[in-house]
Amino acid sequence: MADPVLSFTERGIYCPAADIYIDPWRPVPRALITHAHSDHARPGHGSYLATPLTAAMIRHRLGVEVQELAFGTPLQIGGATVSFHPAGHVPGSAQVRVEVGGEVWLVSGDYKLEPDGLSEPFEPVSCHAFITECTFGLPVFRWQPQAEVATEINGWWRANREAGRASLLGAYSLGKAQRLISMLDPEIGPILTHGAVEGSNAVLRAAGAFACETIPVTPDFDRKAHPAPMVVAPPSAFGTSWARKFGPAQTGFASGWMRLRGVRRRRGVQRGFVISDHADWPALLRAIKETGAERVFPTHGYVDIFAQYLRIEGYEATPVPTEFGGDEDNSEQTGDAA
Amino acid sequence: MKDFARLFTKLDQTTRTSKKTAALTEFFRTAPEADRLWAVALFSGRRPKRAVTTTLLREWAAERAGIPLWLFEESYPIVGDLAETIALILPPAASREERDLAHWIGVVKGLAGMEPEARRVAVLEVWDQLDATERFLFNKLITGGFRIGISRKLMTRALAEATGVDEPAMALRLMGNWQPEDTTWDQLTAEEDATEDESRPYPFCLASPLEAEAASLGDPGDWLAEWKWDGIRGQLILRGGTHHLWSRGEELITDRFPEFARTPDFLPPGTVLDGEILAWKDGAPLPFAQLQPRIGRKTVPKKLLTEAPVRMLAYDLLEHEGADIRALPLSDRRARLETLLNGLPEDAAVMPSPLLAETDWPALAARRERAREHRSEGLMLKHRDSAYRDGRKRGDWWKWKLDPLSVDAVMIYAQQGHGRRANLFTDFTFAVKDGNGLVPFTKAYSGLTDAEFDEITRWVKRNTQQRFGPVRQVTPELVFEIAFEGIQESARHKSGIALRFPRMARWRRDKPVDEIDTLEGLKSLLGAYG
Ligand SMILES: [Zn+2]
Ligand SMILES: [Zn+2]
Repeated sequence: MADPVLSFTERGIYCPAADIYIDPWRPVPRALITHAHSDHARPGHGSYLATPLTAAMIRHRLGVEVQELAFGTPLQIGGATVSFHPAGHVPGSAQVRVEVGGEVWLVSGDYKLEPDGLSEPFEPVSCHAFITECTFGLPVFRWQPQAEVATEINGWWRANREAGRASLLGAYSLGKAQRLISMLDPEIGPILTHGAVEGSNAVLRAAGAFACETIPVTPDFDRKAHPAPMVVAPPSAFGTSWARKFGPAQTGFASGWMRLRGVRRRRGVQRGFVISDHADWPALLRAIKETGAERVFPTHGYVDIFAQYLRIEGYEATPVPTEFGGDEDNSEQTGDAA
Repeated sequence: MKDFARLFTKLDQTTRTSKKTAALTEFFRTAPEADRLWAVALFSGRRPKRAVTTTLLREWAAERAGIPLWLFEESYPIVGDLAETIALILPPAASREERDLAHWIGVVKGLAGMEPEARRVAVLEVWDQLDATERFLFNKLITGGFRIGISRKLMTRALAEATGVDEPAMALRLMGNWQPEDTTWDQLTAEEDATEDESRPYPFCLASPLEAEAASLGDPGDWLAEWKWDGIRGQLILRGGTHHLWSRGEELITDRFPEFARTPDFLPPGTVLDGEILAWKDGAPLPFAQLQPRIGRKTVPKKLLTEAPVRMLAYDLLEHEGADIRALPLSDRRARLETLLNGLPEDAAVMPSPLLAETDWPALAARRERAREHRSEGLMLKHRDSAYRDGRKRGDWWKWKLDPLSVDAVMIYAQQGHGRRANLFTDFTFAVKDGNGLVPFTKAYSGLTDAEFDEITRWVKRNTQQRFGPVRQVTPELVFEIAFEGIQESARHKSGIALRFPRMARWRRDKPVDEIDTLEGLKSLLGAYG
């Protein structure tokens, strides 16, 4: 039997036919990157290949050279044909399709099915084997439609504003932050951003992928000019002197983990909004089914439980361990991810 | 149930007592009367009996969610709470039905008399009408496990604020056998009770931890020294021929310690004692763990009364012959206390906490070193001339606690926590050196910050050697200082020892694995403190 199209190594997912790694976590000569989150785009590789928007984000974050490959364009690398397909996770995020001798494997990266209005909507891709994330691969994870969460967040903001308080909304600076900003009703008041968020905003704006108006919080920020604002920031900025600039404030946090009361309590935020850039339980199952794959490799998350369920559903499922937690995993405490 | 669900969400979203009190006060002012009464009942532990077994609930929930039962069971420890797991796993409600809390409680009570199949249909129907928070609360009601983090004290304060009745009086009104079905809001909160004044406690006088050298306190002759007991601090009130017992949390705990029912036979009315309640047998205290079953329980089973009877070691007299004597110097109060208590028979269940005879600091320090042998946590030093004050005032009363015992050990297994820490590795097994190998000797869960648990979680994921179900064997590399309060021989453990109250005192990033402690070293502590 021939080599598998992709294999799982200490450095990450490897394609022997193309001699290339996908989202490797240790330095490698050549890397294909699904999206610019720090658990997928690591520093130190010899070369990088990504979609144009992801490439722009990686240059911004890591300051490295990145080659670009547009969505849907096949590229021959050695004995393999690779192409990127929208994953709907954050703007520019891709699934990677790898074909070797007629056998197709698909690496999901991170993904969600619900269109968020900013990211290129998820595209189902047929394959023989599917390496899928399952960050929220338990039946207790089920998301409300985005519009309902938008109503909740705007209601919270409005109530805070009426009480003369700022609304500090914590979110991952790439993707989640822009999605939240696009959900806010600009009629309610000014939307301020932390430097980390504004950096991502600028890259996406330059690429025409984000158009909302925001006010960056600068060192000479004058609180009186923007009373009771909405402030979008990475959660690591809370509890610092930076967050005290805005006077009395309520903190909120937006993540799929906010579904669990225990996690809400641990994070100590006053308001948790359940919104994720990852697929929920029903969406994971639907996505897997739509690929038509017989072999499934769950990665990132409750992989053992998820694989066991898939086996009962008739798939040949093998869990894949990862070195990193996901961007929406518990690495939230370190600040650069949530 | 919207009002009550909103109250619950508010209480749940804050850790600040002032905000919780405000949310409760608001609810007690505005909610419908029946809901107010039921809320007080639920928060004070008067919950409906469990109407359905949790086994059945799990089966019904899995069935309704269209998932196999094992998947439900795998999700449950990650969520950490059964009522919540069910609430989250069910598909969204088909149609919403807004009824008040009293209505849902009626439904829960009705379940008890139903045929099993009718009960199943009824529960599924309710689940289909409620949103996730309401379902969670309903599930808490049917499982008889309604315990939401509201202390009696906090609720009492909110009720006092909402009604204008003062707190001690309100605390007393909430006592007793009232049930929400046969009580009205006014009866509960507004009726005068003649026994109120009789049971009223004095605010407790508190000690501060002694961090400086004991010698800095000056002449040891100015100080009275006693053991610092590891029990429950209480105030025993004898007035008008009856007795009341208050905990330091100002909770009336009379019913949990029936041993003191005999005290009015031995002591005159108009007596108030401050002391430590200890499980006590054969002239010595039992471990604190033996007191634990009394906490959070309304009646005490016979077995407990014979296995772990309690007594009070009194260290202060606050009221004597009906007069408040708190302003007198401690030495005077102590003299009266001894006159009152010395010579009482065993079954009076009250005795004076002995004073330690040492008269110089080095001797007292040596005495403190041996506190563990007396199941004590160290010494109390109280100034001879001190009055009994409200609350804490630095300078008069000091607690001079013993440092915990500790060893340096390496983590060898890790397991994910649950509830608040569902997605973190927080439960660890530790080993010490035994010859060339490692031998596990304790588990510990607490003592680190969330940031540290977070960092360790990422480390565990990268350093897993093997998995045994939920347990991961990790590279023995991370060293921790494990603090504990006592050590005992144990045949059940491979190491032959068991620790009391083990916890992670510190992550020793500075310490390499080959410098951790040995089993032999641990066993030598056994000789000293076992
Ligand atoms: Zn991501
Ligand atoms: Zn990720």
